[in-house]
Amino acid sequence: MSSDETVVDRMTGAETVPGSKKPDPILVVDDVRRSFGGLTAVDVEHLEVQRGTITALIGPNGAGKSTLFNLLTGFDRVDQGTWSFQGKRISGRKGHQVARAGMVRTFQLTKALTRLTVLDNMLLGATGQTGERIGGAFLRPLWQAQERANTERALVLLERFKLIAKRDEMAGSLSGGQRKLLEMARALMTDPDMIMLDEPMAGVNPALVQSLLGHITSLRDEGKTVLFVEHDMDVIMGISDWIVVLAQGQIIAEGRPSDIRSNQQVIDAYLGSREEE
Amino acid sequence: MDIISILAESVRSAFGPIAAIYALAAIGLNLHFGYTGLLNFGQVGFMLVGAYGVGISVSVFELPLIVGFGVGLLCALVLALLLGIPTLRLRADYLSITTIAAAEVIRLIYRAGFAEPLTGGVYGLQNLAGDFRVWNPFDAGARYGFGDITYTGAQMWTMTVTWSLVVLMAGLTWLLIHSPWGRVIKGVREDEDAVRSLGKNVFTYKMQALVLGGLIGALAGCMMAMHQASIQPDQFKPQVTFFLWVILLLGGAGRVLGPILGSMLFWFLMNFTDGLLKGLGQDLGLLPFLNGPDYGAIQLAFAGLMLVVLIVFRPQGLIGDRKEMLINVK
Repeated sequence: MSSDETVVDRMTGAETVPGSKKPDPILVVDDVRRSFGGLTAVDVEHLEVQRGTITALIGPNGAGKSTLFNLLTGFDRVDQGTWSFQGKRISGRKGHQVARAGMVRTFQLTKALTRLTVLDNMLLGATGQTGERIGGAFLRPLWQAQERANTERALVLLERFKLIAKRDEMAGSLSGGQRKLLEMARALMTDPDMIMLDEPMAGVNPALVQSLLGHITSLRDEGKTVLFVEHDMDVIMGISDWIVVLAQGQIIAEGRPSDIRSNQQVIDAYLGSREEE
Repeated sequence: MDIISILAESVRSAFGPIAAIYALAAIGLNLHFGYTGLLNFGQVGFMLVGAYGVGISVSVFELPLIVGFGVGLLCALVLALLLGIPTLRLRADYLSITTIAAAEVIRLIYRAGFAEPLTGGVYGLQNLAGDFRVWNPFDAGARYGFGDITYTGAQMWTMTVTWSLVVLMAGLTWLLIHSPWGRVIKGVREDEDAVRSLGKNVFTYKMQALVLGGLIGALAGCMMAMHQASIQPDQFKPQVTFFLWVILLLGGAGRVLGPILGSMLFWFLMNFTDGLLKGLGQDLGLLPFLNGPDYGAIQLAFAGLMLVVLIVFRPQGLIGDRKEMLINVK
């Protein structure tokens, strides 16, 4: 959490109303709806995510945050609605196509590929590999140079995420927090423009939370856009440039952390849900 | 009872044509399950279409043998696509349900009365290995080997070809697995959503693995037709698939040499228990409660017991990595 957090307003010109227009949106969502049986899990009229910011998606349990995440990243199908990323429509695309478009996600339950080494996990993230085509797989000379370059890039990232010592160990032997780091690093191997983190702090010990936060802010500082789902209010208030509040599938509020903190609707939604629990 | 000759017979079968054919089919299954995590319980179906592909081509249409092999492989390709297109997008269990059913359905169709003009129905097809035996460089009448372990010239030829195919396919597997392609399918085995989230088309990779393993299974079927020179539908019962699973788990799934070692050990043990039982029962009269057919049944029960004991005490197989297995269980 850098000190200039409060000084630099990356959201100049954005109104603090649900579905507000952003000056330079990277992701624009329109009228997205998804229901499970009779329950409408997500019903978002309009949402824009500003490029180069950290946007947090919050809301009580069952608000539809993860469902919205799954929809946007192509891991679930919408009933209706469209959304575009970098000006290109990506609604209806499959998960891998969304990832190729430059929007990469992580998962709430960390998905480390346990019986692959940490380095192999990383290399799997690299895009456009000739050796990943079955025809090219047999011809080592075709992909050897590419593999070497990817390995170098992976090692740099592992260094940065402090996993370099574990590079040849099975990912299954990592601790929960290290798996979160690995998942984030692996997502970066795809060189995304936008990274979607589904509860990156869940089940991570407090010491590691700080380092994860540091990584997230440095992603933003490198020009990547971050959208993340999180529960821990302190964490969200500390690093987000913008907060979108979801309740019962709908956006009930949007704004800077300071706006959200004093928003009565948000407090009601949250406290209400706490009591129910 | 001569324990030495029982041992010799067991060793003989560990290197024999049947062990080679099963090793080949298990290499295909290893690609499915060991590397991609596809639960294929119908590998015998691929063997069947391979065997009948070559059988029908050679005996009914009198095509050259090499064309017959091509037809067998083509049938396996079609079967893999038919099985894969509807199920590979679904959860893993659907493939296993579909494959086990499909293999049985195929067997019943091939043995049905209406299919008799092509498949010979329950009688199957005969005289399939003419061309194959013409190329035999060994003297068909002579016996080769040393001591008690000898093979006929015809067996030697089948063994040469089949074990060569086994080595070739194991080499192919090694190359694939040590490539970025292999990394992706291993990733799919661990967690397909994670791989999808990194921009890989998981469906395509699963399909490629299914086809490739199916083709190797069909090749094993073709070699079975060559080995026996005849095929009957009822030799492609589901138990063949389960033998292949025992072989794969015995040797170590996800290891290039696993299926090969597994097959050799499996057939060694099967023949050893068979010989031992018969020796104890028929020669020494120690098992008066057993009749002739019981021996076969006990031998099958032994295969099942082997699978259970293996999964409990050595889930990683002969050459698997126990640490890796345990990671997966966590």
